[in-house]
Amino acid sequence: MNTLITRGIQALMVAVLIGAATFAMMRALPGDAAYRIAAGRYGYDNVDTAAADAVRDELGLGGPALPAFLSWLGDLLRLDFGTSLVTGNPVIEEIGHQLGASMALAGVAVLLSLVLGPPLGILAGLRPGGVLDRLLLVVSTGLKAVPQFLMALILILILSVQFRLLPAAGHGEARHFILPALALALGLAAVNARIARDAMARIGAMPFYSFAQWKGLSPHQTLWRHGLRNVSVPLLTYLGLQFVTLVEGVVVVEAVFGWPGIGHALVHAIFSRDVPMVQGTALCLGLSFVLINAVIDVLTQRIDPRRAT
Amino acid sequence: MKHTLAVLAAALITTASPVLADNTLDVVAQFEIQSPEPSTSGYIFTRMGVAETLTNADPKGALTPGLATEWAASEDGLSWTFTLRDGVQFHDGSAMTADTVASALDIARAKPGPLAKTPVTGMEAGEGAVVMTLSEPFAALPAYLAHYSAQILAPAAYGADGAGVRVIGTGPYRITDLAPPLGLKAEAFADYWGSAPHVPMVSYAAVSRVETRALMAESGEADFVFGLDPASVARLGMSDAATVHSVAIPRTLLIKVNASHPALSEPEARQALSLAIDREAIAKAVLRYPEGATQLFPPSVGDWHDDSLAPLAYDPEAAKALLADLGWATGNDGILTRDGGRFAVTLTTYPDRPELPLVASVLEQQFRAIGVELTINTTNSSEISSGHQDGSLDLGLIARNFGLIPNPVGTVLSDYAPTGDWGAMGWQNDEIVELARAVGRGDGGDKERARIAEILQTELPIIPIAWYRQTLAVATGVEGTVIDPWERSFGLSDLTLAQ
Repeated sequence: MNTLITRGIQALMVAVLIGAATFAMMRALPGDAAYRIAAGRYGYDNVDTAAADAVRDELGLGGPALPAFLSWLGDLLRLDFGTSLVTGNPVIEEIGHQLGASMALAGVAVLLSLVLGPPLGILAGLRPGGVLDRLLLVVSTGLKAVPQFLMALILILILSVQFRLLPAAGHGEARHFILPALALALGLAAVNARIARDAMARIGAMPFYSFAQWKGLSPHQTLWRHGLRNVSVPLLTYLGLQFVTLVEGVVVVEAVFGWPGIGHALVHAIFSRDVPMVQGTALCLGLSFVLINAVIDVLTQRIDPRRAT
Repeated sequence: MKHTLAVLAAALITTASPVLADNTLDVVAQFEIQSPEPSTSGYIFTRMGVAETLTNADPKGALTPGLATEWAASEDGLSWTFTLRDGVQFHDGSAMTADTVASALDIARAKPGPLAKTPVTGMEAGEGAVVMTLSEPFAALPAYLAHYSAQILAPAAYGADGAGVRVIGTGPYRITDLAPPLGLKAEAFADYWGSAPHVPMVSYAAVSRVETRALMAESGEADFVFGLDPASVARLGMSDAATVHSVAIPRTLLIKVNASHPALSEPEARQALSLAIDREAIAKAVLRYPEGATQLFPPSVGDWHDDSLAPLAYDPEAAKALLADLGWATGNDGILTRDGGRFAVTLTTYPDRPELPLVASVLEQQFRAIGVELTINTTNSSEISSGHQDGSLDLGLIARNFGLIPNPVGTVLSDYAPTGDWGAMGWQNDEIVELARAVGRGDGGDKERARIAEILQTELPIIPIAWYRQTLAVATGVEGTVIDPWERSFGLSDLTLAQ
């Protein structure tokens, strides 16, 4: 319970801090916001001073910063995120659309990484120094070293262009998930596997683990009853941290695969100085970071009750 | 197990690669759909054949009937009558009338765009026609009505404030699903006034990365892929999944020069910079085009391109001589100096077109060879415009579109009569203003156009570098591709499918 209250307070602080920070950063950026928004709206063929002036008039830009920020904060308390300066749509609608797409992609990627990484890591950790362990070290280091942008293109080249098994890009059908999710998952799985391997090797070497086998449990039973639970604690904790990597990856992978997600939206909003969109998307990402960590806190406490006290 | 895998693989292969999966032609381009607002995303709706304009243009730029069947100006040139096509229906079933057209155009000209720059003062619905009143004669008006922002949508397409809320056009394709920012789906409109399209359904997807677009063409995932880069074109040329089409378009890669900058104010200095540019090398190595620009207007802008004009040349030695005559002397670090000031300028460009930063870095070296120091600033495209406005721009590397409307006089008027955010800066030439206005009014012909090209070539308020080409890939089995050099239409309704 305590954890949840702490996380609740944390969420509030995150909201205010992110709001203030994005607001200050967007204000501090060089260049005239009216021109940037006009470029975002009308494109480089049509952006000119007349368009920028029209934008300035329409949006009432150029007022003092503090009232603008306070009114944003006030709107936020009423759960009103404002409207996008570029498209004119409510920010909440745009984010709802995009966050859903990103969440789905990230969810599939995490699941896929959990299916790929930890089982291999545990197998390797059971025999530290074995063939599988050494092989896994090489493969996971290699995968982690490949930038996601390159990974995405390699996957497209092999699976779409060469073998024509999967669509190169797009959104809407189940098969569109596979490549972007895989591009994200391979990098995550590479680290998952290492974490699981180290945890397993550490736990496997502990006296209680040998004791369990000594008292007559089979290696299989020992792993099942005493190994997995202990391995899952560092793995889960790390999953929370991986969320940061995931958000980074989503921005890149969404651009490559033409995925209408929040990372994509954030990048475009920053380019065209769409402050309400930047604030809204950053807020959503920040709050989901808090939410995911809260969920992980609760889960690890259930798995390892010692931590609650 | 092996058997099931083989069947699965076969099933995946057959579903992934037919010419047109589920009867839909999939179009992929770099442009994102922002909203149903015609002034911002309208070019996607017109290109996809969803919305139409009163006038259209053939590849040479001659206007052809669209939603208007004919148009004529009054004797004094102060009033234009556009006779509307009979029996045109909007996608919501309502009829297109003179009233709906007049109100759509009234909404359009209140927003930023080319139409707002015309001398139109009033719009009136007549008997099957729309009458526009002007404050001065303006022969180029019909071409302005071919611009996407002048598309005619049904009254229900606009909100109370005039903002586009739905896309209800008159085109051969009707939107069934609009999902900004990345996609739309459309089907053939049964009550279309013209001949029915051959392809029953079309989809549009915005894919920002050119690498991905090219791979989609190569894998057969997309049937009509727009905006390819030189490297992908070379690759796609070897693939049998798609055919690459390419055409010269009225867009020029050029340097916008701040002629009020102390180092750039003499025409000879601008000529020296021009002589320092190895256009052919840039065209061949960076853009993979056969040739560089020899003057501002590309040959595809037939009327404006003047074959008799002496071509822009590459001669670094002559450039150095010109600068020496102006009093510039080489300093210790190899950079020219005059009266204690170094010839150091900043070149501003933007990454929206990926070739621009590449060309900028080549220019940095070519300018250094004549002793000019160039600092590259790659930033937002609007910095060109705001830098023009506050005078902070030195040089801008830009891709200027002379086909904003299917008549380059639109761009010439906004860029050089007298100056423009994307044209001349700190440079004024009364003769060119007079000539351009005359052409706009309709009092000017080949002689005036040739004189405009000549003045620009000798004075160089902008320094042309290369003429663009538009390159796209169309899936094998899809026939009848015609690239519109004016970038107004994808020509989807004319495409046919091989049997």
